Amino acid sequence: MKPFTYARASSVQDALRLAGTTAGAKYLGGGTNLVDLMRETVERPDALIDVTALPAEIEVTQDGGLVIGAAAKNTALARNRTVRERYPVLARAVLAGGSAQIRNMATVGGNVLQRTRCTYFYDDAARCNKRVPDAGCDAIDGFNRMHAILGGSSACVATHPSDMCVALVALDAVVHTDGSAGSRSMRLVDLHRLPGGQPEVETELTPDELITAVELPQLPFAARSTYRKVRDRASYAFALVSVAAALDVADGAVRDVRLALGGVAPKPWRAWKAERALRGQPATRASFHAAADAELADAAGLRDNGFKIELARQTIAAVLAGLAGQRP
Amino acid sequence: MEIVINGRTFEFSADPRTSLLDLLRDHLGLPGAKKGCNQGACGACTVLADGERINACLALAVQYQGRAITSVEGLRGESGLHPLQRAFIEHDGFQCGFCTPGQLCSAVAMAGEVERGLPSFVTEDLSADAVALDHDEIRERMSGNLCRCGAYNGIIEAITATVGTERV
Repeated sequence: MKPFTYARASSVQDALRLAGTTAGAKYLGGGTNLVDLMRETVERPDALIDVTALPAEIEVTQDGGLVIGAAAKNTALARNRTVRERYPVLARAVLAGGSAQIRNMATVGGNVLQRTRCTYFYDDAARCNKRVPDAGCDAIDGFNRMHAILGGSSACVATHPSDMCVALVALDAVVHTDGSAGSRSMRLVDLHRLPGGQPEVETELTPDELITAVELPQLPFAARSTYRKVRDRASYAFALVSVAAALDVADGAVRDVRLALGGVAPKPWRAWKAERALRGQPATRASFHAAADAELADAAGLRDNGFKIELARQTIAAVLAGLAGQRP
Repeated sequence: MEIVINGRTFEFSADPRTSLLDLLRDHLGLPGAKKGCNQGACGACTVLADGERINACLALAVQYQGRAITSVEGLRGESGLHPLQRAFIEHDGFQCGFCTPGQLCSAVAMAGEVERGLPSFVTEDLSADAVALDHDEIRERMSGNLCRCGAYNGIIEAITATVGTERV
């Protein structure tokens, strides 16, 4: 690991001041991803600014939503009673990620900014456009069973690894940030970028911009929501395909729906096309499959991951049918 | 910098690169926590920070200054081995023993999580106040601790016998 200096920020202002006066600094949350990447020399910061002492409260907002301090641990989010009752998809997604040990360390802000687990990204003997711009990509013609079927480019087909973010984008989460240019808010679904020709640029954030909180709007029908994760073993593995969904059915028809996919794209994938295809339709297995087909029409398999298209199709339909109270 | 390990306060000055695991093993002479994968995948390094289980290999020691750490060396009480340690012996909860310190620390903390009502991914009713710690719950909650010998049946029996709701 390259040497670095360490400082603990006592407030958001303190963190921004440290970031403004320290060259080559990165913010450090729980370290579960950054420390690992530093050990592999994929990340080489000159300084770490520890932001785990920053606000971590989880509070109901005046308009009935929820604001989550970025330093909240994943475990705290999953344990929170409001999350469990009003946004069960989020509690279940968080509990699907990592291990109990990882969830006790990892912060919400860090989870949003975690980087892909593409093995070629980690392997400095491999070519990777994300690690070294314009170096080439060994995944596209390599072992790409875990890689993207949606949103990839000829430069990068790595997937975003977060479970939590899949639930958050389904729930229309907004990210609050602070930086030298001031504070701002953006939808989480707009924070991550697709790789295009610049896979090394993963988010819309500027280098010193700090995520301070994630906010969920009120969404009463999210009380009927869930997260299903399909993976190579029953627990503690990254997703092949995951589905976050909330469903509002009235008189046998879909009144409203929120749907997002994980494990299939370079960013947490909001399934807008499936949602549009589903609103107003009868809440039947045929509608759910048609919605999945609408979302997956542009999906393209690589050498090893074509199975994900059918897997995603079936998982979307099964999750929606489950939420509609239909037998699997 | 100060850190409390198993109730005793240690002064240390470490390079910021030093992991909590290396601090314990190489600087403070506490080799109980093991270095397996050194990347958070195997759980052999599991220790408790203020009672919560963490992977010491992914923890920078400087980030844990002022915290209370418990390693496997700190589990035994005045009357001898921790009940879970005795159960691991009784139920053959290990073969080579390399993963055992991590399994023990992890299981002790897991019992606390269940007491506090934390659900797991396999918990059917997320809004329930109490969770029944049955076989599937234990397997899911202990999935961050690998055992390459495959002593899982004994490990789960030992945990079930000590803190589970289905007594064996």
